[in-house]
Amino acid sequence: MSGKRRKIPVVPCSGIGKSLGAAAREAAFVLAEDLRPDKMKIVALALLVMGDEDARREVAGGEAIAIDGCKLECAAKGLACSGAAKVHKIAVFDVVRRHRGLKPEGVCDLNEDGLRLARATADEAAKIVDEVDTEGGHA
Amino acid sequence: MPNLPRKKVGLISCSGEELPEGTVTRRAVRKVLETLRPDDTVTLCLPLFLAGGEGERAFARYYPTIAVDGCDKRCAALATEKYSAKPAASIVATEVAKESGCGTIGTVRRLDESGMRLADAVAGKIVEETDRLLKRKPKGMAGGPGREKR
Repeated sequence: MSGKRRKIPVVPCSGIGKSLGAAAREAAFVLAEDLRPDKMKIVALALLVMGDEDARREVAGGEAIAIDGCKLECAAKGLACSGAAKVHKIAVFDVVRRHRGLKPEGVCDLNEDGLRLARATADEAAKIVDEVDTEGGHA
Repeated sequence: MPNLPRKKVGLISCSGEELPEGTVTRRAVRKVLETLRPDDTVTLCLPLFLAGGEGERAFARYYPTIAVDGCDKRCAALATEKYSAKPAASIVATEVAKESGCGTIGTVRRLDESGMRLADAVAGKIVEETDRLLKRKPKGMAGGPGREKR
């Protein structure tokens, strides 16, 4: 086998109105910078949906992770419309249900619970990434 | 007199995750919304706007908007024009950085002090445009740059 290994794109929702959107964004950073830096690459949703060629090339034909803050699932929809072969969805609003004690607040500056929620979301995403990686024969 | 809805300005930031300037736009818009002009502005969520959010698109069709972009790709401005109407004003963080002689600004995840100052400068530009669009005399930076809760 030869060739450069392709990183798996992760696209967060970038929501600016709610803490869960901010947690989605932070989760993508935790995943791509702290947990799986060798496997992941963040792709900006706005670039992707506006048809940026480089962004589309990153996702076209491969598997990708969408991290959404709300039920509208903008990131998952954006990936699906941009040629991703398979979109693995992580919903922060589901993650927060599994961590009922967390009360995320803030947007630009998430509170401690918001950061914990982002970490929990990133942990769930990392498991999916490892599965994708194993199936792809990279493990 | 009929009870007409209060005129507000919609702020659309790129929030880009690939450049620190995307984080600058996000922080600047939130500062204007929360501290500097809370009664005059609303934020429109760009991802929702792009995904077909009718409420967001309808607002931008009938109310003035300010697109706040991190780089010259201008995703927020182009998306607003494509799906609703041309934004009444467009601000690009990299251009503001050039004007203010700003150097490195930290990372997309964590802005440094210089990045925070750039966010304040961008927020100032948004306030100027908001006041112009609402035809108000400048009433100053209530709260002052850098004094919002962080």
